[in-house]
Amino acid sequence: MGRKLLTQHINVPGIRNLETYRQHGGYDTLRKAFGMKQEDIVEEVKKSGLRGRGGAGFPTGLKWSFLAKPEGVARYLVCNADESEPGTFKDRYMMEHLPHLLIEGMAIGSFALGCRTSYIYIRGELMYVYHILQKAIDEAYAAGFLGKNVMGTGWDFDLFLQCGGGAYICGEETALIESLEGKRGNPRIKPPFPAIKGVWDCPTVVNNVESIMAVVPIVRDGGDAYAQIGIGKSTGTKLISACGHLKKPGVYEIELGVPVEEFIYSDEYCGGIRNDKKLKAVVAGGSSVPVLPAELILKTANGEPRLMSYESLADGGFATGTMLGSGGFIVMDEDTSIVKNLWTFTRFYHHESCGQCSPCREGTGWMEKLLHKILDGHGTLADVDLLWEIQSKIEGKTICPLGDAAAWPVASAIRHFRSEFEEYVRNPSAIRKDHHYYRVNNLNPELV
Amino acid sequence: MPKVTIDGHTIEVPDGTTILQAARMIGGDVTPPAMCYYSKLKTSGGYCRTCIVKVTKGSEKDPRPMPKPVASCRTTVMDGMEVQNKTAPDLIDARNGVVEFLLINHPLDCPICDQAGECHLQDLSYENGLSKSRYEFKRREFEKIDIGDKIKLHMTRCILCYRCVKVAEQVCDTRVHGVMNRGDVAEISTYIEKAIDNDFSGNMIDVCPVGALTDRTFRFKSRVWFTKPMDAHRDCSKCCGKAVLYMSGNEVLRVSARKDMWGEVEDAAEGKPGWICNECRFEKKEVKDWTIEGPRAIDRHSVIAQNKYLDKKNLKIDVSNQKQIQEKAHN
Repeated sequence: MGRKLLTQHINVPGIRNLETYRQHGGYDTLRKAFGMKQEDIVEEVKKSGLRGRGGAGFPTGLKWSFLAKPEGVARYLVCNADESEPGTFKDRYMMEHLPHLLIEGMAIGSFALGCRTSYIYIRGELMYVYHILQKAIDEAYAAGFLGKNVMGTGWDFDLFLQCGGGAYICGEETALIESLEGKRGNPRIKPPFPAIKGVWDCPTVVNNVESIMAVVPIVRDGGDAYAQIGIGKSTGTKLISACGHLKKPGVYEIELGVPVEEFIYSDEYCGGIRNDKKLKAVVAGGSSVPVLPAELILKTANGEPRLMSYESLADGGFATGTMLGSGGFIVMDEDTSIVKNLWTFTRFYHHESCGQCSPCREGTGWMEKLLHKILDGHGTLADVDLLWEIQSKIEGKTICPLGDAAAWPVASAIRHFRSEFEEYVRNPSAIRKDHHYYRVNNLNPELV
Repeated sequence: MPKVTIDGHTIEVPDGTTILQAARMIGGDVTPPAMCYYSKLKTSGGYCRTCIVKVTKGSEKDPRPMPKPVASCRTTVMDGMEVQNKTAPDLIDARNGVVEFLLINHPLDCPICDQAGECHLQDLSYENGLSKSRYEFKRREFEKIDIGDKIKLHMTRCILCYRCVKVAEQVCDTRVHGVMNRGDVAEISTYIEKAIDNDFSGNMIDVCPVGALTDRTFRFKSRVWFTKPMDAHRDCSKCCGKAVLYMSGNEVLRVSARKDMWGEVEDAAEGKPGWICNECRFEKKEVKDWTIEGPRAIDRHSVIAQNKYLDKKNLKIDVSNQKQIQEKAHN
């Protein structure tokens, strides 16, 4: 059984309330942090090797040390709780059950970075979580963990909870900042990076919910202890939200370095494929990372077992590898149609593109329409090639990573499952009779 | 003063210059096309992605190449930077892709478009477009809207360059329009079709690179290439009063601001863009209102340009390189 750093008390009844949370050591770490120097806290986070849990995997400690600290200018810590990647639902689960862990992490992080005001930007759809968090924040204010003179240390700290309007793009840090400022949620053009000019043009750090929560055990046990968990540069524990055709889907906290095979098949984790079917493909880190067929997700191209870690999953680049991403582990069994699944993803990116830069605005819609055509049995082999070309023209040409996120699933599906696309083209009538899990019922007759 | 090399031409530029500005200083083919960047409007640029270039050497200090193509209009030059534009086939390919994206939902109704002949997108698709569209689906369409009695918004033609939004923000008193919705159904709108009533709103027409915003007092009066552009000025209390009259005989068909070779409004005085007011643009349509200076010389994005190619002689060209190119052409 792997160690649990974040979820150890998650099943305690009433852990949402401040009283119960404190009985299980809650806010003790904040008190410990106040006894440390601010630079030392940043140093501990650096030593821990914690990597951003939002998807990109950028070292959190390094991000914190990049924060500009001009005299007399406010700094902000912003928690990115706009979790909307399809297949990822870890932050919602954590905030729902352990709101105080996030608040404690925000207080420690803000103290370490010298912020007087911090924000939690939560996704608009998660209204019930918003209320849970707001209640927890009110409790923390009343108990003196937030507000004026926190825990008698003389440090004033305000934490605000801001609800988004429900746009995937607002999970991109600069779009999040724009939205937080009350503007249209369009990503900014970098540089300047948020560490120099973020919220209200002040230096800002934007961190994922899980990264901020992980700061609590790091400060509690020390960075070195945290770094001992995991493998190589993938240190600590990671929340994986497993979904799809599994016997036991859900949120699991794993020590990084668990073999993928063990994660899928062992009873401790997902317990195998539902109805004992065969594994067909896995999207390992949320919908935007490349999909991998069963043989490549279980073993790397070199034949080594693949592990749940940043490095091992990325082994082989995009040709034979994928990414850990945000930890949205989507498993597909042998009956799944990759093309239909891809259409679902592409439809999502088409819907969520902000429309600011042209490749993503126009390209995502075009890809969706082409996939629609192929699914309807009107596709040609040239359409598959065109699809490949469109994604290559989007990737890397856009302002923010949404363009890449839309292009990668298409590229990987064609790379690994081209025969399936060709099957749709060659033998549409046979395919259309076949019942798939991702049955498309709302086909637009106009496009047929 | 950082030195930058673009397609083999080296130039020294002031600090803070962007790659695009440096390329414009060199001039000629080296300059990437720009649909959304407008030097007179702050924070413009970065959206259309047509100006992407390949940075093969980051700077003298950090010579690593940049991993992705960068938007030259928003990337500042570093000392020792080496940039490829026309000389990189993969970049040209990428730019062709961007142009294709811009065109898939554009109606290509050039025969009935007032912008035809001076349209940046026309030029761009001529230079970087495919001979036929690979897009076979229904194109996005919007209703035409009158925003005020002088401006027509034909959103179907829009490429969402955001220039008109920046004009409203920076040149007009108040901004009453912006971008609504998102993705490929995003549109420029005044929300409730509220008239844009503002002394300087007409400048939106001048900055629009396509035929999305057109002058209702000129719509369908004439093709631009049948008009004679004349520099003219008048005393105006609101603006600089320096304009271009598009004339047919003694009739003034259209008034616009003076544009330079990049299609941008010229400076009326040092550092002050020569935006013109709506009174000059829409009301003063008589020859007697104006003092005519003479024929308008150069306008890069217009078929009516006089001496259209004259400016290319003034290039600061690396002569050795030029010789090679000539030799290649002869062989």
